[in-house]
Amino acid sequence: MSDLLSKFDPLIEQRETLLSTGVTDPFNLVMEKVESPTVAICNGRRTILLGTYNYMGMTFDPDVVAAGKNALDEFGSGTTGSRVLNGTYAGHKACEDALKDFYGMDHAMVFSTGYQANLGIISTLAGKDDYILLDIDSHASIYDGCALGNAQIVPFRHNDIEALEKRLKRVPEGAGKLVVLEGVYSMLGDVAPLKEMVAVAKANGAMVLVDEAHSMGFIGEHGRGVAEAQGVIDDVDFIIGTFSKSVGTVGGFCVSNHPKFEIMRLVCRPYVFTASLPPSVVATAATSIRKLMDGADKRAHLWENSKRLHEGLRQLGFTLGTDQPQSAIIAVIMPDLETGAAMWEALLKEGLYVNLARPPATPAGMTLLRCSLCAEHSSEQVGEILAMFSAAGRATGCI
Amino acid sequence: MDTTDETFDKVRELIEPFNKKGVEITPATRFQQDLEWDSLTVLDFVANIEDEFDIIITMNMQAEIETVGQLVDAVRGLSGG
Repeated sequence: MSDLLSKFDPLIEQRETLLSTGVTDPFNLVMEKVESPTVAICNGRRTILLGTYNYMGMTFDPDVVAAGKNALDEFGSGTTGSRVLNGTYAGHKACEDALKDFYGMDHAMVFSTGYQANLGIISTLAGKDDYILLDIDSHASIYDGCALGNAQIVPFRHNDIEALEKRLKRVPEGAGKLVVLEGVYSMLGDVAPLKEMVAVAKANGAMVLVDEAHSMGFIGEHGRGVAEAQGVIDDVDFIIGTFSKSVGTVGGFCVSNHPKFEIMRLVCRPYVFTASLPPSVVATAATSIRKLMDGADKRAHLWENSKRLHEGLRQLGFTLGTDQPQSAIIAVIMPDLETGAAMWEALLKEGLYVNLARPPATPAGMTLLRCSLCAEHSSEQVGEILAMFSAAGRATGCI
Repeated sequence: MDTTDETFDKVRELIEPFNKKGVEITPATRFQQDLEWDSLTVLDFVANIEDEFDIIITMNMQAEIETVGQLVDAVRGLSGG
């Protein structure tokens, strides 16, 4: 019998080598208690959270929590069914209404996760003979959506407008074209030149899908994302988003103004063949989305945090993923996995949790300490964070 | 396969900047095993091939191409040459 797991031997060996040095496993952290959007107890120690996607700090919002408890009492713990059978409750429609109001769009479709939203929409839109042009640094859920639909996949260099344009012009005449972009790329926290890219896509007869997972609630005047901030949201055909970041729970969605959009509910397999979200989850999501509409003050504070952390880390001598802060994500570039793991552990001992990110999730084989800020991080906490980076950086020889 | 034709010569020329180990390029040369290219190198190289011949080599096609000879055949088919 051939062992089907033996293909993972190199990874098993790499992990064993890393852990044999005595370093804490960066991919097995348990949070024993969560006190707030920014503080948890890890290994018995109070830890500042700088590696969550809780950008707007909605997870402990009293109105959001109350809505979830109320829905549990009134609708029970789960739907036990698909959205197209017994799994659509009043709460699911209310959540889709909140999304339509938030984005000012005609249609909204809620999926059970953000991953499934990309998987479902991309695979359903683009079939075997259609072409998907996507940024090489796209999220795994976008690549998996391409593979599920058997479409012709054409990657282009990250954020390269000319590379996109050249490839659009080479697609065979008459073939369907979908350009897939992200507002904020989650590994380095950099923003896409959507204004130029959407214009190029439209000029070449392509439909455009933008994943705004990491910008919702924060970027743009109304928090609608990078497409709003760059003034091209009306030219985007489909926006994909998630509830597991700024919204503060779990779930995914697509919003669109396309007049035929509702048919997607019947033909999109990752929407049809899975159970819908529990009533408590859609209730917390709907409440959170409506509160995010009035989040201008929180957005301003989050920008302040992002700018201060970026500037502080730069002054300490760390190499960062972007020259300027472009989002709530600040990526610290580590020279290699061993140093990255040592620095990660030193920060954890100081009382700070960040994400250790490594290939294949990262571009160009990089090891990153990815910091994501929250609107609920106080100015004092940002000061503490910088002091911990300074101490850990010196202890590990990073700076 | 004919190794004296123009397409092969051009492909070999475009491989050279990425041929860090100085491997001799023949139709049987394998991109992954012999040239030891990572995914980023493949992207850069494929982009150069696409621009040179004004074609698209989709990821679906790339998955089927393991050797220089297979690439030359694919380029010839796509560019109608």
